[in-house]
Formats: sequence, C-alpha cells, structure tokens
Amino acid sequence: MAYFELENISFSYDESAEGGETKKVIDGVSLEIEKGSFVCVLGHNGSGKSTLAKILNLVLTPTSGRLVIGGKEVSGPEISEDEIFDIRRRIGMVFQNPDNQLVTTIVEEDVAFGPENLGVDPEEIRQRVDSALQTVGMSEYAKHSTHQLSGGQKQRVAIAGVLAMQPECIIFDESTAMLDPIGRRDIMSTIEYLNREREITVIHITHNMDEAVRADRIIVINDGKIYLDGTAKEVFSSVEKLRRVGLDVPQVTDLFYDLSPYLDLPSGVIDIEEGAAVLADRLKNGKA
Amino acid sequence: MLKDITMGQFFPGESLLHKMNPSLKIIATVLYIVAVFLCKSAAAFAFIFTITVLIIIVSGVPAKVILRSVRPLIFILVFTTVYNVFFTKGDTLLFSLGFVRVYREGVFNAVLIAVRILCLLVGSSVVLTYTTSPIMLTDGLETLLKPLTWIGVDVHTFAMMMSIALRFIPTLIEETDKIISAQKARGADFESGNLIRRARALIPILVPLFASSIRHAVDLATAMECRCYRGGRGRTKMTTLRPDAADWIVLLFFALLIPAAILLNVYVPFFSI
Repeated sequence: MAYFELENISFSYDESAEGGETKKVIDGVSLEIEKGSFVCVLGHNGSGKSTLAKILNLVLTPTSGRLVIGGKEVSGPEISEDEIFDIRRRIGMVFQNPDNQLVTTIVEEDVAFGPENLGVDPEEIRQRVDSALQTVGMSEYAKHSTHQLSGGQKQRVAIAGVLAMQPECIIFDESTAMLDPIGRRDIMSTIEYLNREREITVIHITHNMDEAVRADRIIVINDGKIYLDGTAKEVFSSVEKLRRVGLDVPQVTDLFYDLSPYLDLPSGVIDIEEGAAVLADRLKNGKA
Repeated sequence: MLKDITMGQFFPGESLLHKMNPSLKIIATVLYIVAVFLCKSAAAFAFIFTITVLIIIVSGVPAKVILRSVRPLIFILVFTTVYNVFFTKGDTLLFSLGFVRVYREGVFNAVLIAVRILCLLVGSSVVLTYTTSPIMLTDGLETLLKPLTWIGVDVHTFAMMMSIALRFIPTLIEETDKIISAQKARGADFESGNLIRRARALIPILVPLFASSIRHAVDLATAMECRCYRGGRGRTKMTTLRPDAADWIVLLFFALLIPAAILLNVYVPFFSI
C-alpha cells in the first residue's frame, strides 16, 4: 500500500513578493511512495526538492492538489491542528545543518525534546531516549554537551531525536551535505539500518550520487516537476538527460558512458564491483 | 581568540552545591546576598568572609578561577576604598594633609565595604553561576516563576528563549571567529585607529553575524515545528527536579546566615558602619 499519495500537488510562496507573478516551486507533482521503501530525491539547487519534503510532513501546506498520508487525506482545509502534529510526529525530518536543529545543550535532553512536546510520560521518555541513542550508537555521549560533538555525531543525535518520537517515515533533507566522508558513511549506514531493520520509510534528499545509488528508487526533480523516476539503474542509464539538468552520475556510470562509443558496454552500471567485473570479463575474452 | 570566553562560566563538579536543586539554589543565593547586605559590624563581616571562603572550598572551584573573577573588580574596589578613606568624616583624626583629612572611621569603612563587594560578587557567582549548568539555571527559574502564569505571564516561553539563547552562544562565538578571519583575509583592520574608527571596523563583523543568526533562528524554528513543539501546552519533562533532604539543609544553612549577621551586629558592634 502506498504510504504517500500525491495527486497534482502544487506549491508557491506568497505572491505578494515581487512583480506579482507567482512562480510555482512545486508544479503539479503526482507520485506514490510505498511504505518501507528507501527513496532518494535528486535535483539541483532551487529545483524544489526541499519544498517537496516540507510538504510531505505538512510544515508547508500545498497550494493545490490532494495529499494522502497513510490512507488519510490531509490536504483539505478541515484538518485540525492535532492531526497536523500527529503527521509531524509520524514523519520525522533531519535537516542539513546539525547546529540548527539541536535545541538544548545536553545530548540526552535534546533527544527528549520531541517526546516531551508530545506529552509522553517521563519514565517512557527515559526509555525512548536510551533506546534511540543506542540505535544511533551515541549512548556513551548521553551526558555530553552538544557543541563538543563532531558534525556526524550531531547528525546522529538529531536522528535519535526523531527516532524518540517513534516515526513511520524519516525525511533526510541533505543531512549528509555538511559532513566529512566519515560522518557521511556513518549517517548512511544508520539510514540503511533504519530502513532495513526498523522498516522505517526513508526519503533521502542528496546531491551525492554514490548515496543515491543505494536507494530502491530515485526521483529526479527539476523546476518543481518530476523529471525522472525509477530504480537507480533506470535513472542513471539516462546520462545525457541528467547532465542536461545539471546533475552528475556516479563515477562508474560516467566511465562506462565515456567508454561506450569504443566498447560495447551495458548502460546503467552503478556499482563499482559490477563495473570492474564487466571490464575484467571483457579483457579476459580479448574482445576489447 | 574568542574561544577563551566561557560564557555562563560553569565548572562541572560533584560538590554539594553542584548537586543542589537549582530553584533552591537561586533562593539560597538571594538569602546570601541579603545576609551580606545586613552585615554592619566588623565581627559580622569577618563571619560572612569566613563563610564565603568556606563556600568556595566546598564548591571545589579552583582558586585561580576565583582570583581571575576578582580582577575586573579591582577598579571598583580601588575607587570605593579611596572614596571612603578620604570622604568619611569621623571623630578620630588619623592625619591631615592640607585640606585632606583622614579619619579612623574612614579607613574602617573602606575596608568593610571592600569586603562587602568582594563577598557579594565572588560568593554569589560561586553559589550560583559557577556550580549550575545554564540549562539547570533556566529550569530552576522556570519552576520559581511558575506562579506568574496565573497573572498571564508565559513563563515556559521565557525559559525556552533563555535556554536557546544560551545554547547558541558557543555556535555564534565560533561564527564570529570565522567572520573575523574572513574579513581579515580581505584586509580589514580591527586594531589601529582611534576608538570611533575601531568601533566602525566592527560593522563588517556585526552585519554578517546578525544575518546568520536570523538564518539560524529560521532553521531552528522549522526544526522545532517538525519535532512537534507548540509551546508549553501539554508538555512533559524527562527529568523532574525534586529537592531532597540535603538541598533543604543547605537552604536552611543559608537562611541562618541572616539572623547570624544581625546578632553579630547587635552583640559585637565594634567598628560598625
């Protein structure tokens, strides 16, 4: 069953800005996202991908269109504040800048912030905080001050803060963009763990193609519209189409694309191991 | 260079004062300040001075830190001492130089008032700010101000604002450092010229800092909304601070300072001011 159902969703910021002409940031997007899937959203800066993410947990209300979350329509004007907050609890969000999403100075107090807002019992908050910190591997830092942590550690605390609210889906809005390679790797493995083992639906917005490859499905957004949608293999087969909107492909795919005029190579190779195997095979058989 | 500033000046520890309930600690600090102000005789001052030294020892805050915190007070101390020595009139003239007359009472006054200022600032900072984490401090304040909600004051929002402000101090200090380096790399000069020139040189630091703190605020507000924050309504707390027996005993100790100071004033009234 589809968890998110978007039907012709559009969004524009306040028209009174300048000139009176409204630019649609999201322009008639229709799509369905399955429960438990790992979806990656790609798009260059200003393509509307972050806006789309904020619509999905109702931080922004779509200007027009129909949005159904978990089988319940939430885009109507009659939706109550309590229902909106319930959606935000079920769909957590982790942002780009780790410094701008930690609310308190102590790690465990920050993780407790969400459940405290929900009015959970103090004893249960304690349990949730401990288990969330354990899940992201930050238990030993529970009493530490947040500003002494590295970027990757701060992001893991932010993830724990979302987990403590027991969400069904987590949206990562360029959460790896400001991290060093080690921080990135840690966050990616945490994301994959949450998706595989905890069956949490993951929507990961990124610029990094090597991260995108790991998703079940890739959606490319351009000018507020869906530009490409499919598995990593399908999407990265269209190298030229991606380059036209200013996006890259993984290095292996790039190499295979550049070699393809000279060698008869399969398109849409996204895995380094797979690529190496194909090339080794060619060399052995002497066809090259 | 700005990293040296440790705002809020909290020194983590395990002392009796560190473990004390923050609300009671705020009350204890007020009691201590009242006691210091009530001291009038030399005996009372000697008593409060001893108590202050005792508090410092119990708190375990390093002596170096205490001495450093006294340094900015030197000007005030010198000024009040000089003022009291030369401008207090009394009965016993010690010596006179032209129109300047120094009386015995003036000298005593000067010493006692210097002790009062010293005790007041060192004592209250040791009891409160040095031994309480900023978050505990705002928590304590929130509990103490809770009765104000009855007259329509939004105590929760006030406490939340304070704790977020404290949370962002290290972030903004780091950012100021970066901006200063960036402006220096472009040839900005912060060190030369007169006062007005130097003050104007700060504008290229303040403007970007202001812009970026607004950006921080917008991002944080969105993040808080995503984590279902909607003010104090229906909110619970992971740790509720309940004062235990030891806390009440410490508070009683501070409360007893007041009658002790008054009794010493009355029964040992030598060299009173």
